[in-house]
Amino acid sequence: MADTRKIVLEVLRYTPGQSTAPTLQQYPIEFTDDMSVLQGLQQVKDFVDGSLTFRWSCRMAICGSCGMMIDGAPKLACRAFLRDFLPGPLRVEPLEHFPIERDLVVDISDFVDKLGRITPWIEPREPRSLEQGEYLQTPAQLERFESFSHCINCMLCYAACPQYGLDSRFLGPAATALLHRYNSDSRDGAQAKRMELVNSEEGVWACTAVGYCSEVCPKAVDPANAVNQNKTASAVSWFARFLPGRG
Amino acid sequence: MDGWWRRDPFFIRYMAREATAPFVAAYAIVLLVGIVSLARGADAYEEWLEALASTGWIVAHAILVAIFAYHTYTWFQIMPKTMPPVVVRGRRLAPEVITFAGIAAAVLASLALWILVAYGAP
Ligand code: SF4
Ligand code: FES
Repeated sequence: MADTRKIVLEVLRYTPGQSTAPTLQQYPIEFTDDMSVLQGLQQVKDFVDGSLTFRWSCRMAICGSCGMMIDGAPKLACRAFLRDFLPGPLRVEPLEHFPIERDLVVDISDFVDKLGRITPWIEPREPRSLEQGEYLQTPAQLERFESFSHCINCMLCYAACPQYGLDSRFLGPAATALLHRYNSDSRDGAQAKRMELVNSEEGVWACTAVGYCSEVCPKAVDPANAVNQNKTASAVSWFARFLPGRG
Repeated sequence: MDGWWRRDPFFIRYMAREATAPFVAAYAIVLLVGIVSLARGADAYEEWLEALASTGWIVAHAILVAIFAYHTYTWFQIMPKTMPPVVVRGRRLAPEVITFAGIAAAVLASLALWILVAYGAP
């Protein structure tokens, strides 16, 4: 290999049923300047230890499956470069706050369940027949929610959220960002239903505005903004009860 | 999760930000006492001013100014995350612009107040 350098990967290993506790295993590797942490792990898996388990697919920061703790911070392994962690050793661990399934693979069922509960689709504000044509939207209306639709469900924000770590009932950053994406879509009419979740015990009030979720997000979704905008929405809907004519 | 906030410098800065908040609240009470004494008459107000001119209070003020400066800085840093998008000519205003505008406004307001107190109202 041209121009290779050396670094030691210190990878968390755990096999439920076999290991009693997670252990760290060291893998010295050679790498070139253009190699990502994911490529480092793949090199280990292909040539050193085929039992090392991790998730990946796209290799270009779009599928959201390679999230892990890299040097203690939640990152996409395909977007982090080995050259930035010299001299090493580079600690690679599974995403914080999720149960380990095996090695670097975590059990994501809690997040998937949360996604299902936010009504993640548009329920038309007004029924239209095919003859009436499509629902139109201005660029300004699109601008209100577009960035929140960029989420790739990588869950880095959940690994970054101490409130989710302390109590995983909290709906959390990405699910709230997606909820906000639909709630601020001019074509949608299911706001009242979603606000019930926003206002609930597991809703936005568990957030203390740490803001690290937005910091680690690889897609600049700014989930902290979605959560905090919904604190305002939640407060407004609470006070609105006292207006005449409201339930 | 014990000691979670010591794991990352970001969390330490967050905890420092939160720790400054009680001082802001406490000082609001000090100012409130000032307003109450003003309402009670010139003598009570002079007494309050005199109390604040003591060495202890001057030292406290020096420390509090530093605490408030950090609080202000972090407050405007988090502000873009707490507000709805500000759309200017069809584009969302960048968070940095909002943070800068907030800090600039705080600095200008403090300067204006300083000049007003030091040189009297025009
Ligand atoms: S909001 Fe960002 S960090 Fe969170 S899951 Fe979506 S893309 Fe990942
Ligand atoms: S492999 Fe798809 S995001 Fe990294």
